[in-house]
Amino acid sequence: MNADNNAWSRKHLLGMDGLNREEIGAILDTASAIREVNHRPIKKVPILKGKTVINLFYENSTRTRTSFELAGKRMSADVVNISASSSSVSKGETLLDTMANLQAMNPDVVVLRHPNSGAPHFLARHLDAGIINAGDGQHEHPTQCLLDLLTMQDHLGKMGRDNFEGMTVAICGDVLHSRVARSNAFALRTLGAKVRFSGPPTLMPSRAEEVFDVTVHHRMEEAVEGADVVMMLRLQQERMAAAYLPSVREYFRYWGLTRQRLELTRPHAVVMHPGPINRGVEIATDVADNPNRSVILEQVTNGLAVRMAVLYHLCTGAARSASNIAGE
Amino acid sequence: MDKAQTRLIRAARVVDPANQRDETADILIVDGVIRDIGQNLDAPADCAILDADGLIAAPGLVDMHVHLREPGYEYKETIAGGCRAAAAGGVTAVAAMPNTKPVNDDPSVTGYILDKADQAGLAAVFPIGAITKGLGGKEITEMGLLSEAGCVAFSDDGLPVMDSGVMRRALDYSRTFGSLVIQHAEDNGLVGCGCMNEGPVATRLGLPGIPNASEDILVERDIRLVELTGGRYHVAHISSAQAVAAVADAQQRGLPVTCEAAPHHFSLTDEAVADYQSDAKMAPPLRCLADRDALREGLARGVISVIATDHAPHDDDSKRVPFSQAANGVVGLETLLPVSLELVRDGVMSLSAMLAAVTVNPARLLRINRGTLNIGAPGDVALFDLNEKWTVDRATLRGAGRNTCFHGRDVQGRVKYTVFGGRVVYVDQNED
Repeated sequence: MNADNNAWSRKHLLGMDGLNREEIGAILDTASAIREVNHRPIKKVPILKGKTVINLFYENSTRTRTSFELAGKRMSADVVNISASSSSVSKGETLLDTMANLQAMNPDVVVLRHPNSGAPHFLARHLDAGIINAGDGQHEHPTQCLLDLLTMQDHLGKMGRDNFEGMTVAICGDVLHSRVARSNAFALRTLGAKVRFSGPPTLMPSRAEEVFDVTVHHRMEEAVEGADVVMMLRLQQERMAAAYLPSVREYFRYWGLTRQRLELTRPHAVVMHPGPINRGVEIATDVADNPNRSVILEQVTNGLAVRMAVLYHLCTGAARSASNIAGE
Repeated sequence: MDKAQTRLIRAARVVDPANQRDETADILIVDGVIRDIGQNLDAPADCAILDADGLIAAPGLVDMHVHLREPGYEYKETIAGGCRAAAAGGVTAVAAMPNTKPVNDDPSVTGYILDKADQAGLAAVFPIGAITKGLGGKEITEMGLLSEAGCVAFSDDGLPVMDSGVMRRALDYSRTFGSLVIQHAEDNGLVGCGCMNEGPVATRLGLPGIPNASEDILVERDIRLVELTGGRYHVAHISSAQAVAAVADAQQRGLPVTCEAAPHHFSLTDEAVADYQSDAKMAPPLRCLADRDALREGLARGVISVIATDHAPHDDDSKRVPFSQAANGVVGLETLLPVSLELVRDGVMSLSAMLAAVTVNPARLLRINRGTLNIGAPGDVALFDLNEKWTVDRATLRGAGRNTCFHGRDVQGRVKYTVFGGRVVYVDQNED
């Protein structure tokens, strides 16, 4: 990735759908450069001094919220965290009213996690602040995708590659409800990778091949064979109650990532997971903890750098003067 | 509003599908009733004259699927407000769905609706009674007493009658009174938490989808029940190609099965949801292009005999939320005519056939004395300019609900005057 950092000119980061290679490259390059800050004795730079970032989380999240909070603070922004359970939302206030009140405080960026797909797009239409989608319903989770890309990029050399072109990524599990799968599929296809989806038919989105330009494999062995990256998705246990699946044990039998299935991949293949992981449900413990293959904790580390990069791009330079609201 | 009930509409192009009339003529309305249609009619003394040269005079439009929201949801719309929107759309007769609060499952509610409509005096309102008490889907309503009180059909619209046994009883029992049973055909199990059409757009947007099968299965089940009972059955707002095919098949077998299509379903696809536009959220949802085309073909072949709007006004707060939380429904009375005229311009239907679908056909289904320019019929006339181009603007809508999915659409054909019982109840502002 040698993209020009000025390639980013969007006011919002609502999703990976529609971002071009240069824009993705701009974020990844910044993230690569900025992550050194996190290894300094004094982990703070004044880049966003005087900027205000509001983290508004309508869903529980520890790692994403903490990651955004630390990202803002390490760049000296004023960061405010609001969770739905402790705000006026619990008193019946609508999302728009909540945001109107926050807007009155003139934040530069609002980071929104919301259980409804499209909620950040809704806010972007109504409010002045830059909006970062920190996960909306079963739609997109762009910063998770960007940290996944950064992690993959870190391992390109090991795979004998210098870019994503031609790389094979298997995304396995509950694709239907996964915003991580969607964002990654959009971005990886933009970057020239081949993407395979795998999971039971009940957890596969309608017309996925056509929408994401991927191949769909209901037998997991087909999906992981010869893959460079296996990205496992978290199985949300509530899916069991909704009868998408008959049982956890059957799910693990056919779609769990075991050592045997891992052996079907390329020798250098890395295993990723957005976390939190369900051991013995979608991934076997010995695979999750395999230091040669699992990059799950690297993903978390990269998450901080990516969020610093995104905040930087949205708070500074061309982004704030952009008249369009591309990125929606 | 205009008080005169005696009026001469002069020199209009009179298009009355019921009488296969299409000619330039005058229409004389005396005491609110059509007295004569012909060339160069004499105006009685003190008769108000409306010069309609260059305009089309059609029977006042009949919309058999409208939500007036009163009683109970006056913050969304009132009967008077809904009738104002009707008048602005050239609609002089509306059938009002029963999902009010309280539900129209009792003659007292029917009477309330009729009284309020009389007070408004802008359109004739024909209440539709609930099929089941409280829309609960369990016990059928007093269809006889409701019919006597003024209900012209029965529907649990907004909700399907899911229980096959209850639907069977409703179709069976309604035969006593010759009533039409109108089904909101969506299988709840297949709808699930879906909020738009299942397909590529929903997948891209990450929104849970609703498959066509949700509609097809209920329509096909109900057709079996019509075979069993002989009840008169009508599919509200049909949206899928397969459901249209099922209705066509039933009609070929001589079953009393009919259906209606809404302008949004035959003119838009699920692409209209695009950027989570909540004004494009409705039940059943906007479908794909093949479905839209099948609806047009169904209209062309007469399988779909009625165009109805499913006019569903909402307050802004019900729509200004993230898509999946938004209320279902769009308003349609004020865009019914121009959007339906697109069918004529696109060669799908003749002008007369299109107008039949919004006048005499729904009137015959509901067995109401509307939708024609028969001598002796109520003096309800829609006068419109077939060629006037305009752009739909939600800000200029007359009803309280402005949740239109046609905002910004360039259309052609504009209602200039609406005459209800001989009185002019709407004048396009450009004609003032």
